[in-house]
Amino acid sequence: MIALIIIAIVVVIVGGIIAIYNSLVRSRNKVDNSWKQIDVQLKRRHDLIPNLVEIVKDYMSYEQEVLENVTKARSQAMQAQGPADAAKAENMLTGALKSLFAVAENYPDLKANQNVSQLQEELTSTENKIAFARQLYNDVVMAFNNKVQTFPSNIIAGAFGFGAREYFETPEEEKEPVAVDLR
Amino acid sequence: MYEQISKNKRLSYFLIVVMTALLIVIGFAIGYAATGVGYFGIALAVIIALAMTLTSYYKGDKIALATSHARRVTHDEAPQLFNVVEEMSIASGNPMPAVYIIDDSAPNAFATGRNPEHSSIAVTQGLIDKMNREELQGVVAHEMSHVRNYDILFATLVGVMVGAIALMADFFLRFTFFGGGRRSSNNNSGIFGIIILVAALVLAILAPIAARAVQLAISRKREYLADASAVELTRNPNGLANALQKIADDTEQLEVANRATAHLYIAQPIKKFKEKSRGLFDTHPPIQERIGVLRAMASGAAGAAS
Repeated sequence: MIALIIIAIVVVIVGGIIAIYNSLVRSRNKVDNSWKQIDVQLKRRHDLIPNLVEIVKDYMSYEQEVLENVTKARSQAMQAQGPADAAKAENMLTGALKSLFAVAENYPDLKANQNVSQLQEELTSTENKIAFARQLYNDVVMAFNNKVQTFPSNIIAGAFGFGAREYFETPEEEKEPVAVDLR
Repeated sequence: MYEQISKNKRLSYFLIVVMTALLIVIGFAIGYAATGVGYFGIALAVIIALAMTLTSYYKGDKIALATSHARRVTHDEAPQLFNVVEEMSIASGNPMPAVYIIDDSAPNAFATGRNPEHSSIAVTQGLIDKMNREELQGVVAHEMSHVRNYDILFATLVGVMVGAIALMADFFLRFTFFGGGRRSSNNNSGIFGIIILVAALVLAILAPIAARAVQLAISRKREYLADASAVELTRNPNGLANALQKIADDTEQLEVANRATAHLYIAQPIKKFKEKSRGLFDTHPPIQERIGVLRAMASGAAGAAS
């Protein structure tokens, strides 16, 4: 009788450990996946920019510097090695694009162009998607860290080597608001 | 915002418990008063309820879309709408739903689908025309939150329980009034038996109404939950609040909506019940209250950040 009870308790505990371990694995995979998704959106932005530059350069012949900044920032972002450099380069590209949009406000012909407004919608959407991809990454990191740090899953996490992950931080320059109406 | 979400979830589960208790009590009372012959009727009721549930679970989204005359659109046909839906898919980590447009100038939207992998979102042309990008994003986030909170599944389960209660009550009433069954003469005869019979009759009449009221209370709670979940996605309560305000101010009637599909939409589409109707039988909470809750979230976040 006692033996049966002990066996039952062992089965329950082992089952619990397996369940917690699997949940940690799934959570960590979600974190890795959403990190890669940010890259997907960043690459999408790289692909859209040549089109944009091509279309606006006829209208904005006096704004060569702004356009060049965008093109240069894009190549740097594409060539960046390692996550720290890539993050810095991508932020510079965001800044260059913001300047471009701000300057484009002075060209009503540009805004009226159908292709331009479509492209602007795509770029606005891409910026949003990058932001939401980062937001999702932080959300799943929080969920994963909760599991790694709360009891009782922290025991399993420690035993099998699951470490807390870092959040994606926004550098200070990006936090400034830009007075551009993109509608 | 997270408190809103957990509060709404708790209240919903509490209401489901109430509903299940009601079901058990009704079943017991009716079974007790109608010993023996009733079992076949109850089995039949359960089979019918199950068949209706499975149909609505697997085919419900196609039916809802067809009755609303929604047409499927691609990215090129509606770029901004498509992009907004894609942005919300990314923020929620879910696959993209199919995107539909309803050709009606009244601003409204709904989402259907038993889980995020099999879902659709439909938006009226009026909504696209009248909302700016962040308002559209709020509405889309609200609708997609219904799918990711499994509200459609939830509502189906609750609907089954209401259906089962109504069917059992109905069978019992017919059975009692049109004869065809042994009375409880072999147990608890006399006054006690009559009291039980009367109690069962009263329950049978009131139960379906009470069950429907509980179902609508659940529906309202899930609407608040969808609002809070939408903010969890957009992190922008004012977008949705402004959209709801615009919808509330718009007096146009949504032609394709009817009583059957009314609960799916973001705001009560049948405008006959004016602003002040905060009754037991509304599928949606009063719109001004929803806006109030969202504005409070906005100022709360601003207060916390400063």
